[in-house]
Amino acid sequence: MCVRAVRFRRQFGEAFWRGLGQICHRLVSDMAIELTVNGKAMSVDAAADTPLLWVLRDVLNLHGTKYGCGIAQCGACTVHVNGEARRSCVTPISTVASAKITTIEGLAPNASHPLQKAWAEVDVPQCGYCQAGQIMSAAALLEKHPKPTDAQIDAAMDGNLCRCGTYVRVREAIHKAAGMKGVA
Amino acid sequence: MRLTRRSFLQAGAIAGGGLFVGAFEVTAQQGPPPPPTFDAKAFVKIAPDGTITLVSRNPEIGQGIKTMLPMLIAEELEVDWKSVKVEQADFDLAKYGMQTTGGSRAASNNWVPMRQVGAATRHMLIAAAAQKWNVSEAECFAQNGRVYHKGTDRSLGYGELASAAAAMPVPDLKTLKLKEQGDFKIIGKATGQVDVPDIVTGKPIFGIDFTMPGMLFAAYQKCPVFGGKVKNANIDEIKKLPGVKNVFVVDTTVKAGPVVEGDPGLEPGIAIVADTWWAANSARKKLNVEWDEGPAAEQSSAAFAKRALELAQGAPDRTLKNDGDVEKVFKSGAKVLDAAYEYPFISHAPLEPRNCSALYKEGKLEIWSTTQLPARGTSLTAKQLDIPEANIKVHLLRAGGSFGRGLTNDYMVEASHIAMKMPGTPVKLVWTREDDMQHDYYRPGGFHFLKGAVDDKGKVVAWRNHFVTYGDKEHFSSSAGINAGEFPSDFVENFAMHVSAMPLALKTGALRAPTANSQCFVMQGFIDELAHAAGKDPVEFRLALLGDGTHKGYDVARMRAVLQAVAERSEWGKRKLPKGTAMGVAFHYSFQGYFAHVAEVSVAANNKLKVHKIWVCGDIGSQVINPSGAEAQVQGGVIDGLSELMTQEITLEKGRVVQSNYHQHQLLRLSKTPQIDVHFVKSDHDPTGLGEPSLPPVIPAVTNAIFAATGQRVRTIPLSKSGFSWA
Repeated sequence: MCVRAVRFRRQFGEAFWRGLGQICHRLVSDMAIELTVNGKAMSVDAAADTPLLWVLRDVLNLHGTKYGCGIAQCGACTVHVNGEARRSCVTPISTVASAKITTIEGLAPNASHPLQKAWAEVDVPQCGYCQAGQIMSAAALLEKHPKPTDAQIDAAMDGNLCRCGTYVRVREAIHKAAGMKGVA
Repeated sequence: MRLTRRSFLQAGAIAGGGLFVGAFEVTAQQGPPPPPTFDAKAFVKIAPDGTITLVSRNPEIGQGIKTMLPMLIAEELEVDWKSVKVEQADFDLAKYGMQTTGGSRAASNNWVPMRQVGAATRHMLIAAAAQKWNVSEAECFAQNGRVYHKGTDRSLGYGELASAAAAMPVPDLKTLKLKEQGDFKIIGKATGQVDVPDIVTGKPIFGIDFTMPGMLFAAYQKCPVFGGKVKNANIDEIKKLPGVKNVFVVDTTVKAGPVVEGDPGLEPGIAIVADTWWAANSARKKLNVEWDEGPAAEQSSAAFAKRALELAQGAPDRTLKNDGDVEKVFKSGAKVLDAAYEYPFISHAPLEPRNCSALYKEGKLEIWSTTQLPARGTSLTAKQLDIPEANIKVHLLRAGGSFGRGLTNDYMVEASHIAMKMPGTPVKLVWTREDDMQHDYYRPGGFHFLKGAVDDKGKVVAWRNHFVTYGDKEHFSSSAGINAGEFPSDFVENFAMHVSAMPLALKTGALRAPTANSQCFVMQGFIDELAHAAGKDPVEFRLALLGDGTHKGYDVARMRAVLQAVAERSEWGKRKLPKGTAMGVAFHYSFQGYFAHVAEVSVAANNKLKVHKIWVCGDIGSQVINPSGAEAQVQGGVIDGLSELMTQEITLEKGRVVQSNYHQHQLLRLSKTPQIDVHFVKSDHDPTGLGEPSLPPVIPAVTNAIFAATGQRVRTIPLSKSGFSWA
């Protein structure tokens, strides 16, 4: 700390410095960030390090994307960032400012995505908490591999935990959706 | 539609009598007794436009109850399932009767009463139509939401009849005839869960999704050691962090052992409330707390294991059963085997971390919770926070899994306490995954020191178990006990069950198939050892052990039937398997269900294990109510069992839980999931539940298969402790 600062500190006291520190912190980290979520451009006020997950849930009231682990272990928070499956719990909001973000709410109008239909036909969910993440991972898979093999399903879906154990039906529903019209 | 209260008091007297059957061990301990009656109008609403809404009373945690209970009503009501709306009931004992999820009890508790609700309502609608047409009721029938008059083309929709039906006398439930099984149109049909459309579109239906205007978000920091209290903390500093609205210390005391109560109460800690949850939790990370950790800080898993071995050498604390003379048989020249089995503490780890929302306003507390036992949560909250139960309203929200975690209500009390400190402000408390895993009510670990003997004909002639568990000389820690009748008790002439217990300052509790999920591994593993020692086929040996006699509380014929069925479906002993591949078998009776499993596994170099297929045969009575939900519960039970088998373990060091997240307490992943063949054997008994009984045999079926494949007997789980991993 320079001499001048010490003098300032003596003059204005600890409270001043704490206050200044907080203002600087906010200037650096808490800012309006432009986002495109489910096709809509929007601006949110959030600290730059806030994970996309918590911006979606607590700022934008999009609760379909779920918090499960916070460390990219369970996949419940999976969204699409520019079409790629991404764990939103470890994605700082500042890194997706110019990206196109899609959540389960914006996957398809009127639940018309083949995966959503297949999920209902196969009756995949048990508790349902992981299923938005499962569907988002599967949707990204089908974009790349419209007729995925079991090995491709294994690779794409192994990051999505299901505590209830719906895996047999997850696989079945992905194959079923792949056989439907409308898959890329 | 309105049915008179008085009429249904009569109806409820009978139906209500059947509602409170046995009860789950936890539910029976506390909470107000269930009311003697329930009210059918609470369950069925028919609007003038014909819209039919059925109410599901039990908490939905993924077991499919919100679909299954209304199916029972709809069947007898004679309505098209696709036209029915389903609502989740709030907690209201007076209106709905017992509202609990636990012990796989919903099917047996609701099988008759919910169908009676539908049938009684249908009779009243028919009576109303008959009166309008001035014909006898016998000339009318109900179908697909309408009442028809035989012989004419007259018909009236339920909506048109609803208000007239409300004035009709309620039929006597004693003479109310329910449908024959062969006439079912909804029961027995694979039916998708009613919430699936909301789930696949991301609707905010879970506890953690609940929100309301003006809501603030809370994080709660507890001591890493159970019961530890705050000595000092930088509260003033935290108060100044961005978004933080309130920070305060909760200075309560909970009893840290030797036996921790099922619901020890509000645990001490620090509450942080902010305008977003991320702000609250970010502030929490800057906490600097000096804890008074208390006596629990001395605990470690290593010390418990050492102490268990010491206790096994000495005289037991208690003897629960002592038939015949095991010691004499052991000296008689029979073939004698010793084995020590061990299983760990594990965590429920539902994917939705514990959370709860609460609003305290004008002396009333409103709670939005995913509890499995709202009655107990309400009474605990009332007692802990000194508020009359009558002033607490609990809404039940869909839980993102629970597996028994919601049987305890610590999160509900925490959220309520925080809300009561901030009257008028709705508060949502959300635990981190780390909170959830490190402040659970763990499935207790345990140690079994077994000695058994087979005679020269290969018959089990003696069985002795010294079970070392947790508790004191008189009590077991929650879910750490053993049933003196646990199989093969009563099936072996000379049988002794001894127990010793170690004091434990940690919360424990019921986890899916409590006690069965650990003890089945031990019993079916040791039975397998005796079978091989006797040189017998494991299935034949088990059939011989079961015999064909009668045993109190254990239907031998049902168990034999599922065991024989699973042997047949898996082609036990009939297929030639490649080297390193083998099958194992196990069975277990728990939660009213009889289950037998066969596992086919292969073990490669370096103990790389692949489970190829699991066959499951279960007997849950005469009728599988929803085949889709039933198959899902069994698939889930199998996968859950495999997760527990391979890696799951909670350990303690310096009183702290070591594991914090899913990377350390792992779940099975999709690529490791075996084929699962599910088959139900029908028997002439009323239907029973499925949340639990399919899980226990999975673990020993696989460990017994590992032995058959490799000659390596696994007596300790998780398998990862013995160097196994998934292939």
